[in-house]
Amino acid sequence: MDTPQLLSLYRTMARIRAFEEAAERASQGGVQAFGAAAVSGSAKVRGPLHLSIGQEAVAAGVCAHLQRADLLTSTHRGHGHTLAKGADVNRMMAELFGRSGGSNGGKGGSMHIADFSVGMLGANGVVAAGLPIACGAAHALKLQGRPPLVACFFGDGAINRGPFMESLNWAVIYQLPLLFVCEDNRFSATTATQPMTAGDGAAARAQAIGVPAVTVDGNDVAAVSEAAGALVGQIRGGSGPRLLHALTWRVKGHVSVDGQAYRDPADVAAARATCPLQRARTRLLALDVGAAEIDAIDAAAHDEIAAAVAFADASPPPDAAAAFTDVQTLGAGQWL
Amino acid sequence: MAVSTMTYAEAGAAALARAMREDPRVVALGEDLGRGGVFGQYRGLLQAFGPERVIDTPISESTIMGAGVGMALAGLRPVVEMRVADFAMCAMDEIVNQAAKNRFMFGGQGRVPLVMRLPIGLWSSSAAQHSQSFEAWFAHLPGVVVACPATPQDNHDMLLAALRGEDPVIYLEHKELWGLKGEVDDARAAPLGRARVLRHGQQLTIVSWSAAVHAATQAAAALAAEGIDASVIDLGTLWPWDREAVLADAARTGHLLVVHEAIQAAGFGAEVAATVAEHTGCRVARLGAPRVPVGYAPVLEAHARIDAGRIAEAARRLLRRQPVGA
Repeated sequence: MDTPQLLSLYRTMARIRAFEEAAERASQGGVQAFGAAAVSGSAKVRGPLHLSIGQEAVAAGVCAHLQRADLLTSTHRGHGHTLAKGADVNRMMAELFGRSGGSNGGKGGSMHIADFSVGMLGANGVVAAGLPIACGAAHALKLQGRPPLVACFFGDGAINRGPFMESLNWAVIYQLPLLFVCEDNRFSATTATQPMTAGDGAAARAQAIGVPAVTVDGNDVAAVSEAAGALVGQIRGGSGPRLLHALTWRVKGHVSVDGQAYRDPADVAAARATCPLQRARTRLLALDVGAAEIDAIDAAAHDEIAAAVAFADASPPPDAAAAFTDVQTLGAGQWL
Repeated sequence: MAVSTMTYAEAGAAALARAMREDPRVVALGEDLGRGGVFGQYRGLLQAFGPERVIDTPISESTIMGAGVGMALAGLRPVVEMRVADFAMCAMDEIVNQAAKNRFMFGGQGRVPLVMRLPIGLWSSSAAQHSQSFEAWFAHLPGVVVACPATPQDNHDMLLAALRGEDPVIYLEHKELWGLKGEVDDARAAPLGRARVLRHGQQLTIVSWSAAVHAATQAAAALAAEGIDASVIDLGTLWPWDREAVLADAARTGHLLVVHEAIQAAGFGAEVAATVAEHTGCRVARLGAPRVPVGYAPVLEAHARIDAGRIAEAARRLLRRQPVGA
């Protein structure tokens, strides 16, 4: 990997990190979960906020190989995928703020962040729900004879749901242009995935169904990018589906207010120690990139996200009547 | 353009074939479609349109339905076959949380023009897991249209309308109607959401849909012989339902009886009856199945069936009933 490529991946990760840290700050007191009350009525970001801090290398490394016309489905932890696919961060932040200027007009929030204009077909509040949708999108592209592919992100928890098996099978029998990406952060909500999972995990299950799979250190952005690039190249060449199993670490809780009391502090410390941004920085320094240049990337990311927060804050809330729009054409929403 | 006699199943196939000829985005997917579908309602389509547009699938209801959502988002107009409505229970996340919610929760960025065919109803001792009628569940679900065709002409018209619209449509054909023959005028293009008044009466309005419409029509004939003059309205579409047609007729007759094969408790009949009671001075009544699973033995299946005799008796009971306080 050459230095400009690694710098570009670092920039994407820095933008994701800055976005999520800002979202987390704006959510303080606004999220109610795990017995913690929502204490502040003034929090700008409300509801479940699932952060991918520590997992940025997976989104950055995979999406670096996607073009605008490629499609993507995501999970409840989808800010990074959305940003890396090219979505506008102002509209993303406004969506988390529940504002009319948000990508979904304030109707979806963090869990349903989406930007169809860049092929990002939506985060999803249901584990494994994106896989069948990705199959259908890839199936349509194939029937239409169009060149793009579909990337489908899901977590390690998803591999214990039926749609995972159904969708791998579907993608093989119809030979679809589909990259499955298991973003394995080792937790199924607040329970460790390993004791809940028989066999050898995502890659082994994929291979049993005939989907060639590659496992990669998901906190090494260069490794993720190289593996994803090879798989995307195969898929664009007509290989049919592939699976990338990226092993990463979730630094934060399941949702932002989850204090992770169930987790060994040493495990959290290990997750922090293998921070993908720190590792990329170390590698960039070894490539003779100056610390000032890397710091400037961080500063630019923070400035960009500060502007996104200001944009979101200035955007008005949706008109209450918007509760009745975008429901359906025939029989649209109404009081009866 | 022609009028021809065909079965309810053939009318559905004819409408789908026409939509596939007119619009290359229309595709169908589901189990056994290559053999014409489990009830023959796709017969001839594979030969006419090929396996890329008439797609045989594995027994994977979640992914059949979810793929339908993804296909629609990527620019196709899929028809998804669930074989019997009972199997759609394996795809409820894809129906309820995905297809129905997509347009709203993503702020109108996408559309899901997806026709979900879920054959409902009692059919030939099919027992507890192949006989259910779920229309009330789906009428409760924002984001979808709910259609219940009762005749070959309706099956033709409503399926075409569903395929030409931009909403997800829960399309509930009744399994006992597949062989029902009738004239189909392919120049007709009745929209979704309109009731049909099958009979104008003076004393009572009977509202029904799907197969129960035919029992209601028989009941009205029997009642007429006793001097009871009943209207019969086929609601056809349950969401959006034709409130104006029902309210106008019920206000005129003063009595409303809603009849459906589905379980009465929390059924869609309750919605119709409550609406009429709220907006008119009518006396209202419902008739639906008891809240029991459908049994296998013919005597058990028949015991939960809403037939013309039960409808006529419910009508007589309603007309005998005294107003509250009288």
